[in-house]
Amino acid sequence: MANPLPEIGRREQTLLEKARSISWGLVALICLVAVFGVGVLYSAADGNMEPWATKQTIRFVISLMIMLACALLDIRYWFRAAYWIYTAVLALVVAVDLRGFVGMGAQRWIDLGVIQLQPSELMNVALVLALARYFHGLANEDLGRIRYLVAPAVMVLLPAALVLKQPDLGTAIVLLLCSAALFFVAGVRLRLLTLIGAAAGAAIPLAWRFLRDYQKNRIYTFLDPDSDPLGAGYHILQSKIALGSGGLFGKGFLLGTQSHLNFLPEKQTDFIFTTLAEEFGFIGSMVLLAIYSLIIAYCFAIALRSTNHFGRLVGLGIATNFFLYVFINTAMVIGVIPVVGVPLPLISYGGTAMLAAMFGFGLLVNVCVHREVRLNRSGESQL
Amino acid sequence: MQQEIQRRKLLTRRAAVLALGQATLVAGLAGRMYQLQILDAAGYKVLADENRISMRLLAPPRGRILDRFGVALAGNRQNYRLVIVAEQAGDLAKTLDALARLIALDDETRHRVLHEVRRKHSFVPVVVRDNLSWDEMARVEVAIPELPGVSIEQGLTRNYPFGETLAHILGYVGAVSERELGSDPLLELPDFRVGKSGIEKSRDLELRGHAGNRQVEVNALGRVVRELGRTEPTPGRDVVSALDMTMQDFVTRRCSSEESIACVALDAVTGEVIALVSSPSFDPAAFSSRLSRAMWQQLATDPRKPLSNKVISGIYPPGSTFKPVVALAALEAGVLTPQTTFFCPGSFTLGNATFHCWKHGGHGTLRVRDAIKESCDVFFYNTALRLGIDRLAATARQFGYGAVLGLDIPGERPGLIPTRAWKLATTGTPWQHGETLIAGIGQGSVLATPLQIAVMAARLVTGLTVVPRLVRDNGVMAAGEDPAAPDFAPLDFNPTLRALVMDGMNAVVNERGGTAYAARIAEPGMAMGGKSGTSQVRRISEAEREHGLRKPNQIPWKDRDHALFVGFAPVEAPRYVCATLVEHGGFGSEVAGPIVRDVLLEIQRRDPGRRAPDANSVAAFAAPPAPSRNVGG
Repeated sequence: MANPLPEIGRREQTLLEKARSISWGLVALICLVAVFGVGVLYSAADGNMEPWATKQTIRFVISLMIMLACALLDIRYWFRAAYWIYTAVLALVVAVDLRGFVGMGAQRWIDLGVIQLQPSELMNVALVLALARYFHGLANEDLGRIRYLVAPAVMVLLPAALVLKQPDLGTAIVLLLCSAALFFVAGVRLRLLTLIGAAAGAAIPLAWRFLRDYQKNRIYTFLDPDSDPLGAGYHILQSKIALGSGGLFGKGFLLGTQSHLNFLPEKQTDFIFTTLAEEFGFIGSMVLLAIYSLIIAYCFAIALRSTNHFGRLVGLGIATNFFLYVFINTAMVIGVIPVVGVPLPLISYGGTAMLAAMFGFGLLVNVCVHREVRLNRSGESQL
Repeated sequence: MQQEIQRRKLLTRRAAVLALGQATLVAGLAGRMYQLQILDAAGYKVLADENRISMRLLAPPRGRILDRFGVALAGNRQNYRLVIVAEQAGDLAKTLDALARLIALDDETRHRVLHEVRRKHSFVPVVVRDNLSWDEMARVEVAIPELPGVSIEQGLTRNYPFGETLAHILGYVGAVSERELGSDPLLELPDFRVGKSGIEKSRDLELRGHAGNRQVEVNALGRVVRELGRTEPTPGRDVVSALDMTMQDFVTRRCSSEESIACVALDAVTGEVIALVSSPSFDPAAFSSRLSRAMWQQLATDPRKPLSNKVISGIYPPGSTFKPVVALAALEAGVLTPQTTFFCPGSFTLGNATFHCWKHGGHGTLRVRDAIKESCDVFFYNTALRLGIDRLAATARQFGYGAVLGLDIPGERPGLIPTRAWKLATTGTPWQHGETLIAGIGQGSVLATPLQIAVMAARLVTGLTVVPRLVRDNGVMAAGEDPAAPDFAPLDFNPTLRALVMDGMNAVVNERGGTAYAARIAEPGMAMGGKSGTSQVRRISEAEREHGLRKPNQIPWKDRDHALFVGFAPVEAPRYVCATLVEHGGFGSEVAGPIVRDVLLEIQRRDPGRRAPDANSVAAFAAPPAPSRNVGG
């Protein structure tokens, strides 16, 4: 379909030029976090590469290559494929409900033979792509008309409801919040946003009925964590003990007592930040938080420098998505919000989460590489 | 184009708002981390250490119970248990198969083990078999290299080498009940045992010892990672009982001819209980482990009351064994002199009621000495009537009746000595003279334990307020030791009158015509004095009296009279007393008398109150030593 593009003082980038314009600083920061993560997994296994660190390294390397490949593909390809990708991932999410098997008490996985895929994690990226394409094609004045917001709202609510039903409260929340941010930056009128917000508020009691008992318990526990220290509040209490006892400098690499003695639940996945903060202390957790903040700032900068609206929306969507994962996970393990079960991106042990994060960064770097490409409403280049 | 610029501007503005929001939230996280890791760090460090270090209590071995010469009556036996750790066992079913070829392992056990393994953490040892024999243990030990995850643990279980013989004295141990939980942390150990009755209960604190502890580093599942420190437990102290196991054994064998019997022998000078038998008895080991419901039912409903220590918990009319008390009370009160005579025609009429003497034809005219010797009921009807019930009760109380004596094991019952006030208070009706009459022969409301009857004899022969005791506080008796008697308060009785009553009791056994002449001791210097009693369980109706009394073997067992005898020896300088009650045994002089005779003869020969036997004869009684060996595990 791609017609030969009219050039006005510009031409298509060669692959080499594209590679040069990759934001290598961002890639370096991502690798730094990943190395940090492998180190913590090594420690969580009592100073062993098995069972987590080796596998995680391999996953990271593969994901890194996928990320670079995504970055170098033409942005117009992503633009056109956005809805297809969204549909495909949505189909996978539905397939989880139908064919997925029960793991950890929740239907989240689909066995593709090679890897066990958790489609809900991919859904975040797919939704950002789809929404970015949709809003890219919308005229300014349409942003104030409610009928133009029905389609994106369905795009958001359909996967969110499916994911919530799996049940995966954390991912559903990320989906909703990330979409809300996209609606906001895409320029949807504030009064409409307020209206949507009010409607969402009204829907909370309805959503409450969808929650499983253990999810409700987590919220009760969050409200009063000391009420049941050996039951549902156990995780959060142990997590705080581990964190707090780390102090300023931490107990030292491989020397965390709480994680090594298994007082921490899920120490290699959702609660890995605790392991890290126990061993590296306040300084270590602040350094990690700083690197994460730097990555997010990088994402914002890349997004805002893009000359096409699609790229800007994808960039901000990926940035917000990444931010939400970091924030929700960290806030959860330090007891600021209820335990909803989202991984710490690039560090938590898990294949799909790593793949989804790197896929997102691939798109972001793609935006960076193709920042000069102009796209018209239907995705044709306008140079 | 214009629109594109406008749209970019809006996006940039809103992205800035979004970025600001995100930055605020990250700053919030950092602030919270600061609070947790800097401000509250000290508190969380303490909590982390508590998480990590666990105190494990170490139970002390329970003290032994010894007899007066050091023979172990209760001890601890090594108990070898076969345990299996699932995570080391690999194929559990195969390992169990291999075990089944070495030792008996029924299907029920296999199922239980497999079930427990599924329920517990895989590193928790599961007991396969308890109480392995030496032989079984040897077979398993040899094969241990081929049995992954299998090991032999040793623990201690309470052991009573003399079993039923001492069950009522030593008691038994059992699991701690809710009620017994106190400040001692030992009581919360799952396998801990405390004394439930007997000396095990009364001296539990001494026997128990003090807990030691082990500080261990544990993980969240409770698996011990390493030991950090250890304080050894303080073993429980040995308790020395007053019993002489040789005498106890002798008395047990002597009593075994009777269906249901209580027999106690005291050192009258020290109050120490040398032997105490309540038969039938029970196996204390059955109570230390789990008692089956059927067995409990059987023990609890047996009319011969095997669970009850009849010496201290059984209360019976003392019958004619009460007559020396009545005699002394009347002599002291002056309503009787040694020369006072009463005529016994075979019955006594009070108002329109007739009270019979046991001797149908009557005893004729007799004085107090002969009235004791021949146990004349009519003489004591007259005496009691002149004395009155309240003065009789006062003297009886001085002899130890009507209240617990304070023996150092639980379960003593006070019995009953009636008074006018007591009757009015409990029944609301005034005392009848007829009741005084039957109290004068130890019947009616008068109730006493066999121990009270023995103590009565001890107080009579010493003139002191002898208090019986089962535990020696001065330790094991050394050879040649003649322990000093405790300071018992003297009783306010005229020695001459007391001697007169004792002389009457001498005549009971040693003079022709005495009720227990047949049970006398012929050995020179070892003669005993005593008093027989036959206490009525059931009122004899006039109709029965008309038709002639039935022979004992024609009456159902539970309706037969109790046979009693209390004796002291040697008669010239009494040292030992013995009281025996044969439940529904018939005539005291015929059934209980010979038993007391044999016990008092044997106890004088042995003389455990004054003389420790040589070491060899003690060792002969000691239980075979438990095999001691370190078992790897």
